[in-house]
Amino acid sequence: MSLLKVTSPHASGQSRVSAVMRDVLVATLPGILVLTGYFGPGTLVNIIFGGLIAVACEYAIVALRGRDPKVAVADLSVLVTSTLLCIALPPYAPWWLIVIGVLTAVLLGKQVFGGLGYNPFNPAMVGYVVLLISFPVQMSAWASPRGLAEVPGLTDTFRHVFASTTIDAVTAATPLDLLRQNTGLLFKDLLTGSPELTGWGGIGWFETNLAFLLGGVWLLYRRVFTWHAPIAMLAALAVCALMGYDGGSSQSGGSALFHLFSGATMFAAFFIITDPVSSAVSNKGRLVFGALIGVLIYLIRTLGNYPDAVAFAVLILNFCAPFIDHYTQPKVYGTGGRES
Amino acid sequence: MRTIHDIHGGIHPPERKTLSRPGELGPAPIPSVLVLPLRQHLGVPALPIVNVGDRVLGGQLIAEAQGVMSVPVHAPTSGLVTAIEARPIAHASGLEDQCIVIATDGHDEWLPFTGIADWRGVDAAELVERVRSAGIAGMGGAGFPTAVKLNPGPARSIETLLVNGTECEPYITADDTLMQCQADELIEGAQILAHIISAESILIGIEDNKPDAIASVEAAITRSGAEIELATFPTKYPSGGEKQIIEILTGQQVPSGGIPADLGLVCVNPGTAVAAKRAIIDGAPLTHRIVTLTGEALASPQNVIACLGTPIMALLTHAGLSAAPQQRIIHGGPMMGFAVSDLTAPITKITNCLLAPTPVELPLPEPAKPCIRCGHCAEACPASLLPQQLYWYARAKDQEQLAEHRLFDCIECGACSYVCPSQIPLVQYYRAAKGQIRDSEQEKQRSDNSRERFEARQARLESEAAEREAKRAARKAAAQSKAAEGGVDPIQAAIERAKARKEDQSTKQEQTP
Repeated sequence: MSLLKVTSPHASGQSRVSAVMRDVLVATLPGILVLTGYFGPGTLVNIIFGGLIAVACEYAIVALRGRDPKVAVADLSVLVTSTLLCIALPPYAPWWLIVIGVLTAVLLGKQVFGGLGYNPFNPAMVGYVVLLISFPVQMSAWASPRGLAEVPGLTDTFRHVFASTTIDAVTAATPLDLLRQNTGLLFKDLLTGSPELTGWGGIGWFETNLAFLLGGVWLLYRRVFTWHAPIAMLAALAVCALMGYDGGSSQSGGSALFHLFSGATMFAAFFIITDPVSSAVSNKGRLVFGALIGVLIYLIRTLGNYPDAVAFAVLILNFCAPFIDHYTQPKVYGTGGRES
Repeated sequence: MRTIHDIHGGIHPPERKTLSRPGELGPAPIPSVLVLPLRQHLGVPALPIVNVGDRVLGGQLIAEAQGVMSVPVHAPTSGLVTAIEARPIAHASGLEDQCIVIATDGHDEWLPFTGIADWRGVDAAELVERVRSAGIAGMGGAGFPTAVKLNPGPARSIETLLVNGTECEPYITADDTLMQCQADELIEGAQILAHIISAESILIGIEDNKPDAIASVEAAITRSGAEIELATFPTKYPSGGEKQIIEILTGQQVPSGGIPADLGLVCVNPGTAVAAKRAIIDGAPLTHRIVTLTGEALASPQNVIACLGTPIMALLTHAGLSAAPQQRIIHGGPMMGFAVSDLTAPITKITNCLLAPTPVELPLPEPAKPCIRCGHCAEACPASLLPQQLYWYARAKDQEQLAEHRLFDCIECGACSYVCPSQIPLVQYYRAAKGQIRDSEQEKQRSDNSRERFEARQARLESEAAEREAKRAARKAAAQSKAAEGGVDPIQAAIERAKARKEDQSTKQEQTP
């Protein structure tokens, strides 16, 4: 018998990085299903194609860096990055757009900093912003929801994606586009006047947001992250929208419900800003982090040039995270947090 | 009814306490050799007062305390002192330390004891002295000299004696068993300690996963007729940390860098209270303790009363160890205990548990993955630290940020490592960082000292040189004035004397053939 020298603690819990990542992937399923249901198989093809590229890229680059690529791929983090990016990309985006986006996210967003855990920015959002700035036309061509247009079948989808046939027939302005382009209509009339805007956030968009909310609540239940950042972001966005609603004039920023349930709001709140690596660390810090993202999303949506604003808001706050951390350190035991 | 407060963080690891059958207590056999370290406590080692070859009796003082922060050692049975030398001891460092080795003779002959039946009439100072000379050190794990704890100083008035019966570490049932089997002695000991520190009240805190201990302590309180409060609270690791139980039961936090006495509390382990009762009422020194022998590598896990100094191997064999080729033996519990590096090392006053797990039961840690800053560690930390930040700064050896993030408020409970999805040995990083900071502080102290010494030496040399210069000047002045008086220049005279001597020598040399 030889004696093993191992330091304490000798017991360890069940939580593993790969399990956390798997939970996040599972939680995206309702949102992906609803997106597919309303906008056709475009998103699904994005995700599968992007996932393959991402895994291959991660494997190759980690091997080049002299680490064990199997370990890196097995933690599933690269699939989370590519899946989140591909959900954000327009359905029926051309294949090269997906390739550029995924490579940017994995290489520039993650691996140049040293891989998982070392990236200061959300990798998926790095990929998204590079695409948005470089290819604004392709990035703003979102598909029409079922009910307003014919949704492409699988064959058409492959033609759109890989043969880059024109996709004009299936694209339409998103509700956020309509709101930004609105100049003369009262908000109420805009809603009733545009078929895309039926419901609280627009056809398909409301349901998509609801599905991502569902996935997010499940992740909260699974304790993958705490409520602080998502709730702070949603609350801040709602408060800003209430302040900017001005009763719904033509200059209105849109109602709070519209902002909460349109665009990428719920997806951002539960899947993007909850990326632990690039966010603030303490619960208090995450409240500030989430709230500022909510404010920025509203400001960029209503005042900026881009219809949706999640990616920019998240990247800007990624910059600020260390600064927020500095000012939101929790009170340590015995230093006056509780009477002592 | 006392309000029970919640502490920040905490975890719920599998308790595995029934494995060692708490409440059943038997004696461990007296081994043929006892190895008694001179330091079984926190502080200065005791000084041996026996010689190799001496016969000692049970209860006999064999090493006396050296100063206040020291605790004496007594023989746990009769036998011959065969060596006083460095032996392997149970310590995380794996280093050896000075021990008195006794070959037991099997007669188990004891010195007679004289106790004090009516301790209420005795001066506190005398009782403290008896506690000190009985060799009592805190039996919960840290081994702080109890007599020191009972002297909080005139500046602090103590209101409450807190008996910490939490025993929150998984597997360990030594305190549970003690509270079930020696509850009356516990109550009596607590009353004695409260009398010594003139505490107005006694509070006993037990986690709610020990219903038998709670019932037995409750019955003992009723039997004693004393006014003692028993508080139970929900099971959560690490509620038994001194700072944690104080917050749970009082809602107050011990100030950072302070001690419980700052809040009017003195906190002791139940085993310490029983030892105090035996020291005062029976006059018996601390020579035995209850040890939990547990883990699935043991055929019969159990609690035993063992002689201090019993080699770990003897106890494990007694409990039927069937060891794996690579066996981990843990001194203490699975959260804060350390792996023993030599089984000939003895148990001491702080040994509450020996854990022999199978590799399936407590698997070896997986290779650590990168930190993803998920924050589960911060949620689990009972000190409200940010373990993920401390980890970065520890790796970067950024001592300024480590201080800023209050590394030294970490109690090393291991909750952060337990919940870490990347399996990072966080506590190990903190221990290393604390060691490095202590080292660099010592280094700074040393260089300060040598700088001061150098400067002092420079000053001394300078003042000596100045003194010599002054003396020389004075002599010169005196000689000059003498020359002026007598007309002979003493320097010229000295030169002529030297010349004359030289000439004298050279003539002698010429004469030699």
